[in-house]
Order: sequence, then structure tokens, then C-alpha cells
Amino acid sequence: MQNLLSTDGRVADDDWILLEKETPLQDAPAGDLIVPLALWRESRETLLGRDGRIGVLVYSDEQVEELDGQLEGLSIIALDFPVFSDGRSYSNARILRERMHYRGELRAVGDVLRDQIFLMRRCGFDSFALRADRPASLATTALTDFRHAYQQATIDPGTPLLTRSD
Amino acid sequence: MYRYDSFDQNMLADRVEQFRDQTARYLRGELSDAEFRPLRLQNGLYVQRLAPMLRVAIPYGMLESRQLRMLAQIARRYDKGYGHFSTRQNIQFNWPRLEDVPEILADLATVDMHAIQTSGNCIRNVTADQYSGVARDEVEDARPWCELIRQWSTFHPEFSFLPRKFKIAVSGSRSDRAAVKVHDIGLELLKNANGETGFRVLVGGGLGRTPLIGTVVREFLPADELLSYLEAILRVYNRAGRRDNIYKARIKILVKALGEQEFSARVEREWQDIRGRMDPVAPERMARIKACFPSQPYASIDAAASKDILTQQRAADRAFDRWLSRNVLEHRQPGYAIVTVSLKPTGIAPGDATDHQMEVVAELADAYSFGEIRVTHEQNLVLADVREDKLRELWHRLREAGLATPNIGLLTDIICCPGGDFCSLANAKSIPVAEAIQRRFDDLDYLHDLGEIELNISGCMNACGHHHVGHIGILGVDKKGAEFYQVLLGGSQGNQASLATILGPSFAHDAIPDVIAKILGLYVSRREQGETFLEFTRRVGIEPFRESVYAKPAQH
Ligand code: SF4
Repeated sequence: MQNLLSTDGRVADDDWILLEKETPLQDAPAGDLIVPLALWRESRETLLGRDGRIGVLVYSDEQVEELDGQLEGLSIIALDFPVFSDGRSYSNARILRERMHYRGELRAVGDVLRDQIFLMRRCGFDSFALRADRPASLATTALTDFRHAYQQATIDPGTPLLTRSD
Repeated sequence: MYRYDSFDQNMLADRVEQFRDQTARYLRGELSDAEFRPLRLQNGLYVQRLAPMLRVAIPYGMLESRQLRMLAQIARRYDKGYGHFSTRQNIQFNWPRLEDVPEILADLATVDMHAIQTSGNCIRNVTADQYSGVARDEVEDARPWCELIRQWSTFHPEFSFLPRKFKIAVSGSRSDRAAVKVHDIGLELLKNANGETGFRVLVGGGLGRTPLIGTVVREFLPADELLSYLEAILRVYNRAGRRDNIYKARIKILVKALGEQEFSARVEREWQDIRGRMDPVAPERMARIKACFPSQPYASIDAAASKDILTQQRAADRAFDRWLSRNVLEHRQPGYAIVTVSLKPTGIAPGDATDHQMEVVAELADAYSFGEIRVTHEQNLVLADVREDKLRELWHRLREAGLATPNIGLLTDIICCPGGDFCSLANAKSIPVAEAIQRRFDDLDYLHDLGEIELNISGCMNACGHHHVGHIGILGVDKKGAEFYQVLLGGSQGNQASLATILGPSFAHDAIPDVIAKILGLYVSRREQGETFLEFTRRVGIEPFRESVYAKPAQH
């Protein structure tokens, strides 16, 4: 099923393979791979040497600062929402974008639902792997839930009110 | 009073549409209960014991008369003709239908009101001193800063799913009437040696299950760095606060777990990083906000003459005199006074007002107080700018509407949560306890003789009735399925905030008035000249009270 929404409103199939927690590297299928931070920590050299692109999955109880100085070889970073009400990945996203200047794709995975997408987008996410039972096509309008924003964040719909001088 | 511009109005309109769509999807079964829950909570909608409860935001307690009229209309049209002013300076409606809520929110939006972030694990409605802008001991008006915080925190993309709810209070005066020491963040406005404005920042205060007094993390934060500093605190909390146990999820537990030093160090690191990137609030923006809170166009009045008249009036009328001495405060502007409208007559749930009463207050605000009303966290209303020579007229009109009970700050001015009559979390009812106490102590002479006593009642540990900081606190507890009440003594809010001590074993409902009578009896018989109840409890400690209350076989 097509269940990946990107910030331009397109819905696409997901080409990435997300390696589950604690799957050993030798069990990984060929192709573009997103691996948990723990595996990346252990087997970074091997991962960078294999065919296909590579990305890292950061769980909400992990700190993206661990990736400092390692962003170069990464094509994608996925931040996990174990439940949609766990808000830690919003902070991880902003730190990656604003402090660590990560420019690659930043994807929300896990319990990703329509009603949080506007917020995620503002924290710098640019793709959203919606939960399997929620068609991404129904979530496209979420990107424009609000015309403006009050506060500065990673991405602003317009100039935020508080920093706008007119 | 802050006036919405088109930007604010668009934000609100988009929100109304968003929630209308969310409610429709929920009613169609496209959103599960669990998914809809935080969405409705962030729009102030609870599911309560009997019906949904809608909590409408009254930012830092400020209302215009047109807004109060709309609240009256909502009470009449969608509810049972009354509303409940809460200890968070908000108003709650106890009987709306879920299907009507999007319509209610649309009605509210027509007067720039909403229910945004009045519930849920997000930054809640910011609260302030109810006398901001008129208090004599004010350093600086807290309201523009509250408005700044309101805007910054509204739909904050990073902090909408915090470990737990998050409450910020701002005090602009030397004497703290905003309870800044018992909030997740408390901000005290102050001036440094160069006359610049800044904030003393306290973190980690709170009531509830683990009552704690907040810790000062910064003695002087330059005012224009407020938002970057708040972001730093919130980020540290969002990342490190506990999410595995809701009773340990508030920021106070994190501050305790890390220790003040480590917590402050983390905030400092985060802040140094954020402030380098975050644009300051545009000075034009802050200037526009400040311009919304000018001092009122006061008439120039012969203050001495109007005082004389007042003196004569009060000498001639005991009831008026009583009301003046309890419900009217000195104003910063000569010839004006601050009037508190009591929502604590005996027999009415503390903080409740009928649609008619709300309309009366709106009308009186227009006639006597520049069309503005304030809600206090003690659950009363305030008309902040009344001419002294109009006080008597105003008093008559308030009396006709049952709004002039002369009991502000007295025993019967009880702070009380909705409790077991409405709240699904309650261990026990709280409103009937308040009423039993009001009925027992209905002699005005006795009440006035007792003087300042704050009596606060909560129906459970969540402490919405602030029982920990009452001079007398009452807490509903569950004893093998029966409703019992613990009594606490010696708490207080304000600069000298202290947490109350439990008296001893809990009591059945009908024993409470007697227990209170014994407590008061001890005070009256042993107080020193001019000693308030709180001073007395601090001087003698809890033991004499224990002896006197439990002298006979203890009741279980
Ligand atoms: S203190 Fe308890 S009973 Fe009272 S309103 Fe709060 S949660 Fe409900």
C-alpha cells in the first residue's frame, strides 16, 4: 500500500526497508536499509560498506546527539513515535535540524497519525510513514491545517507572528 | 485587554475547523477513543462522570463584557444555565453535548475565545495576579508577558505532547498573588539595579500527589530572553521527564531526580544553544501587546471628598461597611477602588455563576469598570476600576443579584474543586462539604472576627482545590469505598508559601463542621492581639490542634 506522505503532499510507496530492533545484520535483506541506532553504533563500518543507501532509526528514548559527526553517510534518519502521545521525537527532530544542521530526509515512523503531521512538519520532518491502517491519501490536507504559526520552529508556514515586525 | 488581530482570528478559525473535522471523524468511527482523547483534551473537552465537561480558557483571567455575555449565552443555550469558574481562572461547563461542542467553539470564536490547551499534556492557560495593572505594589504589569507566553505556547509544535500537563504563572507584584511557587514554572517580574525588567524563574513547584515548592533556577533573566529560556526548560523536560508513570511525570519530579544543580546546568546548556538561534520577539510585536494594556482613562476625582462621602456612607450602614471592608481594595489610582464580586454565597457551589449573574456582572462592568472583568484563582470575579463614589450604587446592584456576600478572604470564601458531584477522578464530594461549613458558620460577626482564613477543599489528591496551601485544607479520601476527609493545617500561598500538615486520622462527612469549630475555637481562645489564624498556626504548631480535635475518641 502507498503509505508515505511527503511535505509536497505526494503519496508514495516506501522504498526503504526498516530493520526491526535487534535484528542481526546478516538477516538484513539487500536494498536501502534503515537500521536502529544500536546497530549503527556497533556496525557502522560494515553498514557503510554495503551496497545500497543507509539510514538510521532513532527511538524516542535515544538522543540524536549520538549521531554528531556521523551525518555524512546517512541518506535518511527516521525518528520513532512508539505512541503518538510520546513527544520526545519532536525535540530530537529540531535538534537534528537546527543544532546539528542535518539536511537529509527526516522521517516520522511508528504511530504516525494525521492529526500530528502539521506539528511534525514544523519540527523539520519531511516524510511521514503513516500507520498502516490509515491511508496516507487521507492525510494530505493535514499539512495545511493552519495558515500561520505564532512561534518560530524549524519550518514556518509564514513568518511567525512573534518575530514578524509588521 | 488584548485585542485579537486578523492573525489571531485566522489561527482560531483554523482551529475551530480542525476540531470540527476531528469530532466528525470520531463520531464516524474513524478515530479511536484513544486517538481522539488528546485531541479533545487539547480543546478543553473532558468526559466526566455525568456528561462531557468543556473548559474554556480565560487567558490570565481577563474578560471583556462581551465575552462574559457570550459565556452566559452558552450556559443558557448548551448547558443548564450556569458555569463554574475554576481555580485556574477558567470557566467550565458541566453539561454540554459532545455533538454541540464544535458549535460552542465556533460561538466562542466570535468573541475571540476558545478552549485551546485548557487540558492535555501541553502548556496550559497561563495565569496571573488578578490585580495586574491596578495593584499598589506592582513592579510591572504581568499581563503583556502572559499574553506573550499565550501566543508562544499556542500550538507549540515541539511541546504539544509533553510527559504531563504544564502550568506557568506570572506575578508582577511584590506580594505574590499568582502562586508562582507552586507552578511548573513561576515567573516573578522584577527590576535589576539598572532599572531593567527581568524575571526570577522558579521551576518544579506544584500541588497534587507530591506537593513541592518551586526552586529558583535563575535570579534575573532579562525579559527579552524569556521565550528562549522557556524553550530550554521545556526541552529539557520534554526529553528527560518520566513517561512511564503519570504520577511521576511532572517537571517537579525531574528537578528532584536530577537535583537542582544538574537540572539548572542542563537548562543552561540548552539555553546557550537556543538563544543563539532564536529570533527575539519583534519589538513592534511586544509594543503592540503592551499597548493593549494601557492604564484606563481614569477621571480626575477629588479623592479626599469621595473618601469623606464613603466614610459617611459606611458609618450609616453596617452591611455596606462590611462589604467595603472585605470585598473592596485600595486602588493605585486615587478615587478608584478594586471590587471583588463574591461567588461564594452559602448554598451555591463555590465559583458557580448563573447565566443571569454573568449578564449582570457584564452590565455592571460596562457601567462601572470600563467593560472589563477578571477571574481570580480563588474563584471570584473582580471589577478592577470602580470609582469610589459609585461603590454604594454598585453594591446595591450586586446585592440584588446575590453577588455581594461580604466574605472575601474569610472562612466561607472557600476554594473548592467540583469533586465527586462532577469529576470522575474524585474520591469524595467536595461541594456539599463546602456548603455544610458555610451553613454552620453563617454568623457574619463571627466570621469577620475570625478574619482572614483560607479554607480549600479538593475531592482527591490531584488537588484542584489547592488544599495543600489552604490555611485549612480538606482532602477527600477513599476509605474502603466510603467518602472520608483528611484535614490539614498551616498551608499558605504567596511569598511565604508553605505546605499544610495533616492533622490526623480522617473524618466522616458530617463530622467536618464540628472539627472546623474545634479548630476555630482553639484559635479564638488562644490567639494574641491581632494575630491571624495563619500566624497562630505557625506559632503554636499542629499539636494543640490535634489535642483539641481528637480529645474525645478519634472518629474513623
Ligand atoms: S481535585 Fe480531584 S476531585 Fe477535585 S476536580 Fe481535581 S481531580 Fe476532580
